[in-house]
Amino acid sequence: MAIISRGFAGRRSAAEAKLPPGQYLTTDFPVLSAGPTPHVSLDRWEFTIDDGSNVLKRWDWKSFRELLSESITVDIHCVTRWSKLGTSWEGVSLDVLLADVRTELPYAMFRSYGDYTTNLPLKDVMNKQAWIAFKFNGADLEPEHGGPARLLVPHLYLWKSAKWVKGMTLMPHDKPGFWESLGYHIYGDPWQEQRYSGE
Amino acid sequence: MAGTAVLGRVTWRAAKAVAVHDETATARTLALAICDWPGHVAGQHVDVRLTAPDGYSAVRSYSIASAPSSDGRIEITVERLPNGEVSPYLTQEVVVGDELELRGPIGGWFVWRSVQTEPIQLVAGGSGIVPLMAMIRSRRSAGSSAPFRLLYSVREPETVFYRDELQALSNQGDSVVISYVYTRVTPKDWPRPAGRIDAPLIGTGTWPSTLRPTSYVCGTTSFVEHATDLLIAAGHDRERIRTERFGATGERK
Amino acid sequence: MNASMNYLDGNAAAGELSTIFVADITSAEGQCANCGGKKPFAEAHLYMQCPGLVARCALCGHVLLRFANVQGRVFLDLRGMTYLSVDAAPQ
Repeated sequence: MAIISRGFAGRRSAAEAKLPPGQYLTTDFPVLSAGPTPHVSLDRWEFTIDDGSNVLKRWDWKSFRELLSESITVDIHCVTRWSKLGTSWEGVSLDVLLADVRTELPYAMFRSYGDYTTNLPLKDVMNKQAWIAFKFNGADLEPEHGGPARLLVPHLYLWKSAKWVKGMTLMPHDKPGFWESLGYHIYGDPWQEQRYSGE
Repeated sequence: MAGTAVLGRVTWRAAKAVAVHDETATARTLALAICDWPGHVAGQHVDVRLTAPDGYSAVRSYSIASAPSSDGRIEITVERLPNGEVSPYLTQEVVVGDELELRGPIGGWFVWRSVQTEPIQLVAGGSGIVPLMAMIRSRRSAGSSAPFRLLYSVREPETVFYRDELQALSNQGDSVVISYVYTRVTPKDWPRPAGRIDAPLIGTGTWPSTLRPTSYVCGTTSFVEHATDLLIAAGHDRERIRTERFGATGERK
Repeated sequence: MNASMNYLDGNAAAGELSTIFVADITSAEGQCANCGGKKPFAEAHLYMQCPGLVARCALCGHVLLRFANVQGRVFLDLRGMTYLSVDAAPQ
């Protein structure tokens, strides 16, 4: 049984009604990272979609930025319990990237520079639910927040929004990524508080 | 037997604050009495866990500042971090008699044991002085005559920890040679302008590499990288440099 | 904070790792499964600004160890090391 620390509340406030269970509100933007920040130059950046054996689509930075992009304002929720409301991004919808990909494969593993991975059902990155974001608050996305471009899947815990994303591999079955294979939830819905495997 | 045996499962223990005093405007030393404390070696740290009434808890690591002793007490010195979660509590809320939970002692690498007789070079950046102070105090309490030097980098004179104790040490003949570096504001008439550690300062303020000292470098990650690079450039063997980096750690449960 | 300086030493993981290792892990020597480098675990680069702990080889950046404490259940991945040599003798 833990000793209760008299007068200790932690860094949390009371007005957290709009938040998923167990989250607290933050106004800054904590930097979470499992490795050194990769500095990816734009002339070497690429994003690819493959099916595990063949590359189906490939963009370099120039062709990626010529795609239709949109502005998005969303709430984000980190499994380490902070949430940030009304964040503004600009990015390319996965609907655009997947527009002429014909596949029966229902899952995807997203891959990042720096060897991070995270898995998602394909249906969770379609229908205006996910973007490859390259601007935050109107400015180019900083490397520490995932620039030049990161995945943004705001309806799931933020570890799913892979920083420094470089591609996605379509898969016939779901497979755990970097954190999902270490006790974190395979899907990660913050409103269901799916933090950990087995919940 | 070198120092105190640390083999054995490390568990959370109850600790009671038995004395507190301010080191600087933003740092406070807490003396803690710990149930069944097994003793420690200079350089080790402890984890402190705070728990709110609703069960929310936070854990942070702090270096032990005091010399090893058998009285079941340690001292830690905590620097208050802006927007910190645990350090404001430890530096502003805790009063004598309060209980905390503590896990330790932790770490067997960044340690100085009194059987070591080689020259010792300590390099501290800011509150990185804390585990190095434990080594200085351990040297004294063990009656060691190992040659010690301390290069201590601080923002300004008011941010020096343990000022009087260090002053008293450097006034004694056979003791610890101390050099200060001020990165923002120097004392009046200080010969070197404010600025961070550089190669000439390593030349005048540390043991020459030919003496083959063991070096202990503690501070923020960028301080440790910088100081270690300078030591290596001055001919020090990387294998003889031990480092402890610290920073504001993320949320942990 | 400098973005490329967001790591600590393996030392900083010792408290969490003491929940499963009885011997001191920081003075243990590990060999990186990627580059073959042998170093005390204390010198690994530790990333703790994330849901768990990730220790990387100081020489090549390869992941040596991943650790997560998920509601009292510890997940440990040591695939990144070919061995970990621990001093098990009482000091």
